[in-house]
Amino acid sequence: MSKTIAKLTFEDGSVVDGESFGYERSVAGEVVFTTGMVGYPESLTDPSYKGQILVFTYPLIGNYGVPDKKLWESDRIHTTAIIVSNYIDEKSHHQAKQTLAEWLRDEKIPGIEITDTRALTQKIREMGTMLGKIEFEKSVDWYDPNKENLSALVSVAKPTTYRPSSTVRLRRAVLIDCGVKKNIIRSLVARGVEVTVVPWNYDIETLQEKPDGVIISSGPGDPKIMKETIANVKKIVQAHIPTLGICFGNQILTLAVGGDTKKMKFGHRSQNQPCECHTQPGRFYLTTQNHGFEVSKLPPGFKPWFTNVNDGIIEGIIHEKKPFMSVQFHPEACPGPTDTGWVFDYFLERIV
Amino acid sequence: MIKKVLILGSGALKIGQAGEFDYSGSQAIKALKEEGITSVLINPNIATVQTSDYMADEVYFLPVDPYFVEKVIEKEKPDGIFLSFGGQTALNCGVELHKSGVLKKHNVSILGSPIESIILTEDREKFAKHLRKIHRSIPHSISATTMKKAQHGAREIGYPVMIRAAYALGGQSSGIVQNEQELTKLCEEAFSFAPQVLVEQYLHHYKEIEYEVVRDKNDNCITVCNMENFDPLGIHTGESIVIAPSQTLNNYEYHTLRQASIDIIRSLGIVGECNIQYAVSPNPSSSSSFPRRRESINNKQEIPDHASRVRNDNNNLEYYVIEVNARLSRSSALASKATGYPLAYVAAKLALGKTLNEIPNQVTKVTQSFFEPALDYCVVKIPRWDIDKFRKAHEKIGSSMKSVGEVMGIGRSFSEALQKAVRMLEIGVDGITDHSYLFKKSNGNFTQQQIIDEHILCPTPRRLFAVTYLLQHNYSLEKLYQQTGIDPWFLNRIHEAVQLEKKINAKKLSEIDSKQLRKLKQYGFSDHRIAVITGTLEDHVRNRRKKDHILPSVFQIDTLAAEFPAQTNYLYLTYHGNHHDIEPRGDEGIMVLGSGPYRIGSSVEFDWSCVSAARRLVRYNKKSIIVNCNPETVSTDYDVSDRLYFEELSLERVLDIYDFEKSHGVIISVGGQTPNNLAVPLKENKVRILGTDPDNIDRAEDRNTFSKTLDKLNIKQPEWIQATTIEQAELFAQNVGYPILVRPSYVLSGSAMSVCSNDAELKNYLERAVSINKSRPVTVSKFYEGAKEIEIDAVAWRGTLDVYAISEHVEYAGVHSGDATIVFPAQRVYEPTKQIILDYTRKLARTYQITGPFNIQFLAIRNDVSIIEMNLRASRTFPLLSKATGINFAEKVVDAFFDDGRVEKEVFPPYTVVKVPQFSFARLTGADPVLDVEMNSTGEVGCFGDDVDEAFLKSMLSVGYAFPHKNILVSIGDWYKEQFASKLVQLHAMGYTLYATEGTADFMKQKLGIPAISVKKGYEGGKQNVLSLIEQKKVELVINIRDRWHKSADAKTYRKETTDGYLIRRSASDHNISSLTDIKKSSLFVSALSEKKLADLKIKSWKEYLSLNKLK
Repeated sequence: MSKTIAKLTFEDGSVVDGESFGYERSVAGEVVFTTGMVGYPESLTDPSYKGQILVFTYPLIGNYGVPDKKLWESDRIHTTAIIVSNYIDEKSHHQAKQTLAEWLRDEKIPGIEITDTRALTQKIREMGTMLGKIEFEKSVDWYDPNKENLSALVSVAKPTTYRPSSTVRLRRAVLIDCGVKKNIIRSLVARGVEVTVVPWNYDIETLQEKPDGVIISSGPGDPKIMKETIANVKKIVQAHIPTLGICFGNQILTLAVGGDTKKMKFGHRSQNQPCECHTQPGRFYLTTQNHGFEVSKLPPGFKPWFTNVNDGIIEGIIHEKKPFMSVQFHPEACPGPTDTGWVFDYFLERIV
Repeated sequence: MIKKVLILGSGALKIGQAGEFDYSGSQAIKALKEEGITSVLINPNIATVQTSDYMADEVYFLPVDPYFVEKVIEKEKPDGIFLSFGGQTALNCGVELHKSGVLKKHNVSILGSPIESIILTEDREKFAKHLRKIHRSIPHSISATTMKKAQHGAREIGYPVMIRAAYALGGQSSGIVQNEQELTKLCEEAFSFAPQVLVEQYLHHYKEIEYEVVRDKNDNCITVCNMENFDPLGIHTGESIVIAPSQTLNNYEYHTLRQASIDIIRSLGIVGECNIQYAVSPNPSSSSSFPRRRESINNKQEIPDHASRVRNDNNNLEYYVIEVNARLSRSSALASKATGYPLAYVAAKLALGKTLNEIPNQVTKVTQSFFEPALDYCVVKIPRWDIDKFRKAHEKIGSSMKSVGEVMGIGRSFSEALQKAVRMLEIGVDGITDHSYLFKKSNGNFTQQQIIDEHILCPTPRRLFAVTYLLQHNYSLEKLYQQTGIDPWFLNRIHEAVQLEKKINAKKLSEIDSKQLRKLKQYGFSDHRIAVITGTLEDHVRNRRKKDHILPSVFQIDTLAAEFPAQTNYLYLTYHGNHHDIEPRGDEGIMVLGSGPYRIGSSVEFDWSCVSAARRLVRYNKKSIIVNCNPETVSTDYDVSDRLYFEELSLERVLDIYDFEKSHGVIISVGGQTPNNLAVPLKENKVRILGTDPDNIDRAEDRNTFSKTLDKLNIKQPEWIQATTIEQAELFAQNVGYPILVRPSYVLSGSAMSVCSNDAELKNYLERAVSINKSRPVTVSKFYEGAKEIEIDAVAWRGTLDVYAISEHVEYAGVHSGDATIVFPAQRVYEPTKQIILDYTRKLARTYQITGPFNIQFLAIRNDVSIIEMNLRASRTFPLLSKATGINFAEKVVDAFFDDGRVEKEVFPPYTVVKVPQFSFARLTGADPVLDVEMNSTGEVGCFGDDVDEAFLKSMLSVGYAFPHKNILVSIGDWYKEQFASKLVQLHAMGYTLYATEGTADFMKQKLGIPAISVKKGYEGGKQNVLSLIEQKKVELVINIRDRWHKSADAKTYRKETTDGYLIRRSASDHNISSLTDIKKSSLFVSALSEKKLADLKIKSWKEYLSLNKLK
């Protein structure tokens, strides 16, 4: 039995053949790589990967199958397609409900094996993130996800509230969903927060009661496209509501309060990004990251909260006095190290 | 401010503590040097790289024990001490020095982790309590200091239970016991050397997962690597096939265990490195015997009384902490090589007060050490066992270590890495589907049921091959999982490889298309294996591959999965690629082939030679390209060479690298027998070999040709023939007289050699052990008793002698040179003998046009000298002699290659160096601890002294002997009684109480007129017999000299006597009592004892000795 061949074409014209193990459908998007060794179900369901063709640098993917939907980071796969070196067709793990290939076919997502994923990674590292397309028989046009409001495609349709089971005094927070991962919600609820998830363009002022705090979620694409969200966040800050931005939310907050962002060469997508914490001298944290844009100018009144030890970029900002803060990494982990869960506690302690 | 640091080494290589500590100590010294701190090293292991002249500022070849360490402290006055780079030996010694207040008294601070934490992790009961405090669980366990308590504990927990001895390295005397009888036996052993034993709940088929954790003084923590054992819990991680990173853990499991590791290291306050092992339930939802506990995500959970259970939504994990090693370990060496993260180096820097962000990433140079490596490959480690080499040793593996070395295969698929590793083992197999090793013992007669009973239900070194065999024969995967507990993930991957091979079965090479051939290579099948299946030759497969452009890619290990470019050249080959990360070095590159896995007969000494040779190449403006596959070595540190290929030492792979690199040449003569065996095939493939022509190497190795050459040169050799029938061998024996030495032709390093003293033994050996026939001839030679063995190690240049050193064995010829006690310079060699030896050596160097290293072993009876063996490669004694003379022989080898040879130099120093072997018999249940023609030792030490007595005593103390205070047991065979008489008298004169078996006691009383307490032999029974004496530890030393080649006429008595001798030796070994079994070694020990007291042993550094040499 021979596998179907699919063609990966980069925007520079280079072409690599791969063997299909997922759904056979021609697709286009932006090609990025992640160096995480575990957590493919979490990554695939992370809305931040919307519009992207994800290359896994770890060569064996599929090892533990796919768990129940409850354990995903959203209710579907968001990557446009995935590329692995060796697909492992396995569901012997006690939590596996299906194999990765079965899942991809269910969700109509292409998955292809390209042996030399290291070459792809080096190419992206040297030349920067590139557009690419995976073609079966039918050809497709180029697609640049960064020109589109992707959050609109992945955000909730209407506000939804999650309540913690405990009876401790509730803090109520609004979570602006630009492409939220479920573990952000889980992390807040587990800390006794009642979370209302609202759409990306929801105007907080329409809420009957002022929330104790606002969290701006992670999400896909170029933050500058999110004009409505930026405007809403500006109002929130003006209303002195404590605010925490996560990943994309970090960039939104930056833009809302007078800073600037720019596109990175090939981004940070991994589970081993070292960050220095400037509020705790001498302390470093290992973080999960998944971003292609970075804060390029600090907003007035803010100082760097975290910086990346490898390349020095700003990985978090915090206001000198007020409870406004944001991080470029994922304190909720999933996938990745759980070192920075304390960021939630730190934020919540600042909600009166 | 720390200015001088004392580093404790681990001593001789032994089972459970091997080459990994040469690696860790070397890295620690490197870190100290960078910080401008003076380093002082104590390590009697003279074969190590860490004791080289360019490493520590001062080296003391002395025992790592509290007495000597204190003496060195008094002399050197260091302000800090490193305890975690020399294994359990260094740690135990450090703990004692701390407890006795010595360190405090001399103001020496322990650098790195607080000593209290180390003590805590070593005391299992306290450690369990500590973990409970931080809400982590360890398996239900009860510690016992008496047998009664142990039995009671086991009853409380319920059989089967796991037994572990406290303060033991590598899980010595631990195991799973099914009932009270088994428990009693094991605990007796454990209590003989450990004050405390732990009785633990046994977790059936739990996964075993390890994390390597690092913490700095600012509380920054990372886990550098996690690893998963192929074998489930119950098999020591050192005995297990290990894969990194873990394959069967999902994100939740991986990171929950990671977080637990960080919480544990924080709670212990470790500064440096630590290894944590977990047992993880493969199916937590179904094992309901434990109460469920819910933990919130931020880990503010209640105290679990049983397993740490973590659940969030449907996530479900049940695990126990099995062990914490608060020091560098075998696993941390493996993790370093698996990831490219130099754990020992970083740990040393952290101990000196650096923080992780201040230490640059040694691979990328642009990032730093606060990160966790991302791998874009996987590694498989397989242990190397040599259990076959030991008479009577049990093959079963379990929770106590028996392996003597390991290899690591790197690949981009599990199969690729696994098959590489299997070939790297040097056990004569060509991949997982090759069953020659599985059936090596059974001569092809086996049933499927036997395989299941012997290797599946009972884990042995052959289990992996048994699994493959059964999968080839359509055995159920499910059943295999039930029977072995090996995760289905691993079984499925092996199954895939098996299926792939089946597809090409009965096909011709020409019928296999290019795509399929590539796939076979991606699954790790060797050219040779493909040739075997398709009925062709390896060459043809290779040519076909080249024609189809199926060539391996050269990839770098860069710690960040290509996210950042790597600056170092730590490399491996893979068929899962279509580009190379690097450019060939071309003519400036020279390949140095390493020695492969440590095993009996090939160990750290060859690594020293490799490293020395590679370093010397710089002098000739050449770049060194090391090829080796052993994660315990210094040669596989990527900063030792210009390029490191962590690869197989197979013909196929060496040619692949040579083809790619287009190197100037290859050095095959410094890595022991493994690379030496490649000399001829490499030459046939037009590879340029540096030094002696491979054809001459071949001529020297072929017994027949060599023998003819000796005759032509008028050089004597013991009479010998090559026999193809039993009759021929018997006839020869009758002509020359017994005993005779028999071995299969072309077998090296004494394996399967035997000395036979009569027709019956000869017949038995030829029929059973080697199954003689036309195609498998045996070499039979006259065996001389009471002969002296002398060795010469030399480097020649274009057939003329350059440097050389002559050493002598203490034991009579007949003890394998690897097991012999060796004295340098030779003390008792007559001048005429020496002249003959030199004459023979010069003749041979000229005849074989030797350029490079060689070693010749001579037999001398008075001035009658004959040759036993010659090897045209660096021998095991190279580092010993280099360090003893102060001339680096391995460097001289390289000099000779580059025409920089100088003619004839002999060093005859005013001091003496004695090498003493280290045995690991205590580890090998059942093994008979005697010296024989087959090598049994696992390591060695070499100490300096003003004379033989001093050097010998220091060495003996280094391998675990002690000065006896009061009671000694003697049991001397009839043949040796007279010869040993004077020593018995000496022992009596020194005031020892001598217990003796009846015959020996009678001899002492009647012939020597000295008292002896007569004890019955074991088989004679009675309350107080020789065995109970040992069990009750009433004696401190056992001298048991057997009549090796002279047997009682009455076979029945003989059998009883040998059995009794065996029981005495074995029992001494099981109860940790030193024993001596060789007449000459025992004699030397007794005379040394009578000459020197402990206080007479001088505390002098290596430099101090060498300076005497130069003055002269």
